[in-house]
Amino acid sequence: MSDLFPLSVSGAQVRRRGKVLVGPVDLTLQAGGVTIVVGPNGSGKTSLLKMLHGILRLNRGGITWACGTEDAQRRQAFVFQTPVMLRRTVLENLIYPLRLLNVPKAQARQQAEDWAARIGLSGAEGRQATVLSGGERQKLALARALIRKPDLLFLDEPCASLDGRAMREIEAILQDAVASGTRIIMSTHDMGQARRLADEVLFILHGKVHEFGPAAGFFEDPETPQARAFLNGDIVE
Amino acid sequence: MSELWDGIAQAFWLIVTLDADLVEITLRSLQVTLTALVIACLIALPLAAILSVRRFPFRRITIAVLNALMGLPPVVVGLIVYVFLSRAGPFGVLGLLFTPTAMIIAQVIIIVPLIASIAHQSLRDLWAEYHDLLISMNTTQGQRIKTLLWDSRRALLTAALAGFGRGIGEVGAIMIVGGNIDHATRVLTTAIALETGKGNFSLALGLGFVLIALAIAVNLAIHWLSHTEREGRW
Amino acid sequence: MTRFLAVCCAVLTVQTAAWAEEMKMAVTTSFHNSGLAEVLLPEIKQDTGIDVQLLVVGTGQALRLGAAGDVDAILVHAKAAEEKFVAEGSATHRTEIMYNDFVFIGPGADGAGIKAAADAAAALRLIAGSGAPFVSRGDDSGTHKKELSLWEAADVAPEGDWYNAVGAGMGAALNTASGMNAYILSDRASWLNFGNKGDLALLFAGDPVLFNQYAYLPVNPEKHPHVKADLAAQLEAWLVSDRAQVLIDGYRLEGEQLFTFNAQK
Repeated sequence: MSDLFPLSVSGAQVRRRGKVLVGPVDLTLQAGGVTIVVGPNGSGKTSLLKMLHGILRLNRGGITWACGTEDAQRRQAFVFQTPVMLRRTVLENLIYPLRLLNVPKAQARQQAEDWAARIGLSGAEGRQATVLSGGERQKLALARALIRKPDLLFLDEPCASLDGRAMREIEAILQDAVASGTRIIMSTHDMGQARRLADEVLFILHGKVHEFGPAAGFFEDPETPQARAFLNGDIVE
Repeated sequence: MSELWDGIAQAFWLIVTLDADLVEITLRSLQVTLTALVIACLIALPLAAILSVRRFPFRRITIAVLNALMGLPPVVVGLIVYVFLSRAGPFGVLGLLFTPTAMIIAQVIIIVPLIASIAHQSLRDLWAEYHDLLISMNTTQGQRIKTLLWDSRRALLTAALAGFGRGIGEVGAIMIVGGNIDHATRVLTTAIALETGKGNFSLALGLGFVLIALAIAVNLAIHWLSHTEREGRW
Repeated sequence: MTRFLAVCCAVLTVQTAAWAEEMKMAVTTSFHNSGLAEVLLPEIKQDTGIDVQLLVVGTGQALRLGAAGDVDAILVHAKAAEEKFVAEGSATHRTEIMYNDFVFIGPGADGAGIKAAADAAAALRLIAGSGAPFVSRGDDSGTHKKELSLWEAADVAPEGDWYNAVGAGMGAALNTASGMNAYILSDRASWLNFGNKGDLALLFAGDPVLFNQYAYLPVNPEKHPHVKADLAAQLEAWLVSDRAQVLIDGYRLEGEQLFTFNAQK
C-alpha cells in the first residue's frame, strides 16, 4: 500500500450559492502526527475538513493525494461535530462500516463487541444509538470511524459540548490511534485540547490558511497579529 | 338507520356461518390486493430511494408527476388498462382482460404513486440526515439505497399499509378490468357495488363491514408481525 | 421480516382455479337482476359442461366488449343496435331467445295519473305534462334506448328540471328514483328484485311497445380468431332448446312469470 501523504492542495476553493465557504487554499501536509485546525467561529474550519475529506466538491483548484484520490477516499474516516447515528443499535452501528468492506459477519461482530467494550458501551450494545447521551454518541461515532482502521481520521470539533470525562476518554482513544499510526486532522475551539494534542497547528481565517506550522512555535510565538489576538482570546475579525 | 343494524346483523351471520361465497370473494380480495401490494412495493420503494439519493435530470418533474398521479381516479386507470388489455388493444393477445391478473395490474398502477410518494418523503428526510456520513464512508449508490430502505422500514411499512388501504377499498378500476364475474373476478368491493345496485342495502353494508374488518385485521397483523421482529430493541 | 413474507406468500398461493371449459358472455344488468341467470347457468354447466362467465354491463358496453372481442357472446335487448352489430361483422348472426317487458314505476300517489293511461305514449305525456320528476338511466343501455324511443313516439322532448338522467345501472337508477319519489322506466325483473322500493309502485304495464326482446349474438370468429366459437355455438343450441324453454317460461319471481320464450327452433 502506497502512502497517502504528502497531500498537496493548490488553489482549492468551495463556493455555495455565490458565497465562498473556504479557499483558495494552498497547503502541503506530510505524513504522521496530529494537525489541529483552529480559528474563530465561521472561519471555515468545518468546510476545510470536509473539502479535504472530499464531501464538499471543489469549485476551483485541486487536491492531490500521493496514492491517488480513489484509494485515499477508502482509507480515511470522518467524525462530525454532531454525530450522525444510524437508526440502529449500538452494535449494528459498529458493524455497519465493516460490512461495507465485506468483513464476514462473525468477525465483524467480534470487532464491534471489542470496540463497544473499549468505549464503555459493552452493556448497551443492544440499545438504539439514537437514544444515547451526547458523550456516548460521540464515542460511538469515533469507534465507528476507527473500526475500519483508517490511515487518516478527520474530526470536526468532536468534544464540543462534552463534559471533562467524556473529553478525556475521547482524547485517550485518539492518542491510541496516533500511537498505532493513524494520521489525525482535527478542528477544535478548545485551546487546551489543541495544546495537548497538536503536533502542528493550522490557523484559518476567512476561509484561508492564515498560519501553518509546528505547534510549539504557534502557541509560543505566533507569526501574525491575528493569531496572536486569537490566542489572547480577543475577538478576531 | 334500520339498514345499518340489518347490515351489522348480516355481516355477523355471514362471518359466523363462514358463508362460502363470502370466504371466496374475501380471499380473492386479499389475493389481488396483497399481490398488487408486493409488486407495487418492489417498484415503488427502490424508485423512492433512487429519487432521494440520486440527482438526475427530470428528477423534480418525476416527483411532481408521482405526487399528481396519487390523485388519479381509479376509473381512469381502469379504462387505460382496459384499452391496453382489450383484445383490440396492444396486449390483447395475452388474454388477460377480465382475470385477476388484470385487476392486479390496475391496482399496481393505482398504488405505486401513493407508496412511492409517501416513501420518498421519509427517505428524503433520512437521506438528509445520513448524507454526510454515507458519503464519508465511501458507500456505493446501491449500499446507500439499501441502508436508507432498511433504516426507514417502519415508515415504509406505513406507506405500504396506505397502499393496501387504497387497493383493498378500490372498486372503479377493478370493476372495469375485472368485470365482477361471479367465481372468477368478484371481490368484496365489486360485490358491494352489485348489491347496492340491486337495492340490497343491508347485504351491501354487511359486506362493507366485512371489508372494514378485513382492513383492520391486516393492519393489526402486519403491525404485530413487525413488532415481534424487533422486540426489545425499540 | 421473514415471517411477514411467509404469511404473504401463504395468502397469495390460495388459488381457486378449478378447471372447466369457460366462455365469457356479456349480459345486461336488467337480465342479471332478473335472477334467471342463477337458474340457467348451473343447468347449462350440467348439460354442456360450459362454465359461462357473465359480465354484467350496460348494453352499450356489452356491444363494445363484443366488437373488441373481449367476450365470446353477448345477450342484449336493443334490436337496432344489434342489427348494426351484425352488419358491421362483429357477430355472425342474431338469434332471438325470449322477451320480457318494461313497466312504469312511480310514486304510489301517482300525481301524474298514469295508471289510467291508454298506452305508453299517453303515460309519458302525462308525466311530462305534470312536471313530476322522472329518472332516466342515461347510460346508453338497452333500457335507456327504449325509453328514448318511447319519448319520441310520444312526441315529447325529455328535457327540463323534472328530467334526471343519472348515468347509472338499473338498480342505481331505481335507488335514485326511490330517493326522489320519481317516475322511472324499468324492466319488470329489476323492479321485482329491487329491495329498496320505498313509496314506489308499479303503475303502468302491458302496452305491446313495452315488450323487450332479448337476442343472443355470438362474436364473429373471423374477426376475432381467439373467440371460443364452438362453445358459443353449443350455448346457442342450448338456449333455443326445449329444455331452455321449460326453464325460461317456468321461471317465477314473486309469483310472476317474467320471460316468455320465443326462439325459432
